Amino acid sequence: MNEMSAVAAIASRDLFKFLRDRTRLIGAFIFPFLLMFLMGGTLQLNLGKAAGFNFIGFTFTGVLGMTIFQSSSQGLASLLEDRVNDFAQEIFVSPVSRYAIVGGKIFGESLVALAQAAPLVIFAIVLRVPLTAAEILLLLPVAMLGCLVGGSFGLLGMSIINDQRAANQIFNFILLPQFFLAGVFNPIAVLPWYLEALSLASPMRYVVDLFRGVVYTGRPEYHKVVLFDPAVNLLVMGVMFAVFIVIGTALFVRRETNR
Amino acid sequence: MSQASAVVEVQDLVKRYRKAKVNAVDGVSLRVEPGEFFALLGPNGAGKTTTISILTTTLAPTSGTVRICGYDLRRDPASVRRNVGIIFQNPSLDANLSGEENVRLHAILYGLYAYRPAFRMMPAAYQRQVHELASVLEMHNEMFQPVKKLSGGMQRKLEIIRGLMHRPKVLFLDEPTRGLDVVSRRSLWAYLREVREKYQVTIVLTTHYLEEAEQADRLCILNHGKVVAMGSPGEVKAHPAEEFLELDANDRAKLREELTQLKVHFDEDGAFTVRLDGRSAHDVVKQIDVPLTSLRTRQPSLEDAYLRILAEEADE
Repeated sequence: MNEMSAVAAIASRDLFKFLRDRTRLIGAFIFPFLLMFLMGGTLQLNLGKAAGFNFIGFTFTGVLGMTIFQSSSQGLASLLEDRVNDFAQEIFVSPVSRYAIVGGKIFGESLVALAQAAPLVIFAIVLRVPLTAAEILLLLPVAMLGCLVGGSFGLLGMSIINDQRAANQIFNFILLPQFFLAGVFNPIAVLPWYLEALSLASPMRYVVDLFRGVVYTGRPEYHKVVLFDPAVNLLVMGVMFAVFIVIGTALFVRRETNR
Repeated sequence: MSQASAVVEVQDLVKRYRKAKVNAVDGVSLRVEPGEFFALLGPNGAGKTTTISILTTTLAPTSGTVRICGYDLRRDPASVRRNVGIIFQNPSLDANLSGEENVRLHAILYGLYAYRPAFRMMPAAYQRQVHELASVLEMHNEMFQPVKKLSGGMQRKLEIIRGLMHRPKVLFLDEPTRGLDVVSRRSLWAYLREVREKYQVTIVLTTHYLEEAEQADRLCILNHGKVVAMGSPGEVKAHPAEEFLELDANDRAKLREELTQLKVHFDEDGAFTVRLDGRSAHDVVKQIDVPLTSLRTRQPSLEDAYLRILAEEADE
């Protein structure tokens, strides 16, 4: 009971911090809108006919997966920021278990990622991406699973990198190629073998593809857009989550005391 | 007092940081009794913060044993954490949250109350406690404002009050007055005395301000990770058991010559400060012929003792 309260308290701190940060809130609205409207819109006008599917819908699912994954993984890096601000000490000297701390952090950053993804769904409806009510409802559990993969990925990265500034730079370096390898904006059905290998190793790919699987199921363009069966994506995400969380937590807990 | 009753028991504590060539803490042993006000004093880099980080479980020791309130630090860190309160060297409040939210997070992390997303949804006992804390700190509306709007002194007091919420048996303060102006420092000290009386809490404090250490019941001077002196401020001051004689004359050259002939240790800084080294002031003065323009004896201050102890260390 106590541990659950601690998880909720740590998580809600992250959510409140996000909701009170006006710059981050405005950014969360404008950035995905620009990506979907400008990127998706122009791609659709120029390539839509040739590709045989709607690029606005394609970009929507891509940006949705990207936002969920990026926000939750980068959010975990804020544990490093907390330590610079010496706030983490307050949490670390408290009697809650180290696992509750990691759990609270992942839960909290997942809530932030979901809050950042919500405007996207509204834009998608405004831009007339064909979505049924059932599909919109299904997006939520998929997004939550995506948060877990992103959060655990961020935890692992953060446990390996020690320094906040290095973490920000390295995270950008790891995340940017994934935008393309995961096919957020660009179709990746055909790739040279070396890029295919890198793409298969990108956790973000499976999150994006699972979103597409949900949105495109039963539509004629399904096989042009979706790469793997949702069950395969779910399986890979589950394995990645398990590996990242176990190694990440172990490294993190050990490093915090063995400095 | 019996062995078991000490609040803090440290035996042969050693900490060597990864990749470091020397031990940051090098065989420290000490005991702090219940209700005691204990100060760790030493220059920067002496190992004070490292020691306190180990005692508060944020850093693992390389070797040695530590028991806090009878709980072994390695075997039962959770019990240690429940029994200590910590005020870190750098403020550890979340500046984006309000004072009350910081306090609430602390209360929940220590298992005092279950999580509720808002102050009004928290139990009445908690609300009452927060109002009490606010009135002790003479901050009312400020309690519900973001912490970043509070002054440095106010933030420190808020941290102390937060650190006391779970009624720790021992409160560790790592240079609590660092970065505070004189007025805030004074007021923080007055507040600490009040806290000590009211909560009967044992206090372990690190500082490099001698006037702060002087108010402790006992102090321990650390240098290069080792204990170089320990005892009450009076005992530590008496360590080199010496008094000083301050002299001056119009003919300083003659006075210098006479003092040299007398074979006493003296420093010249305009006037002369003579270390008596066990001789009586009268004994020295009666052997001086040159007319003196000023003469007075000075008891050693903690600063004299401190500098002397560190200098002795450096000589060895």
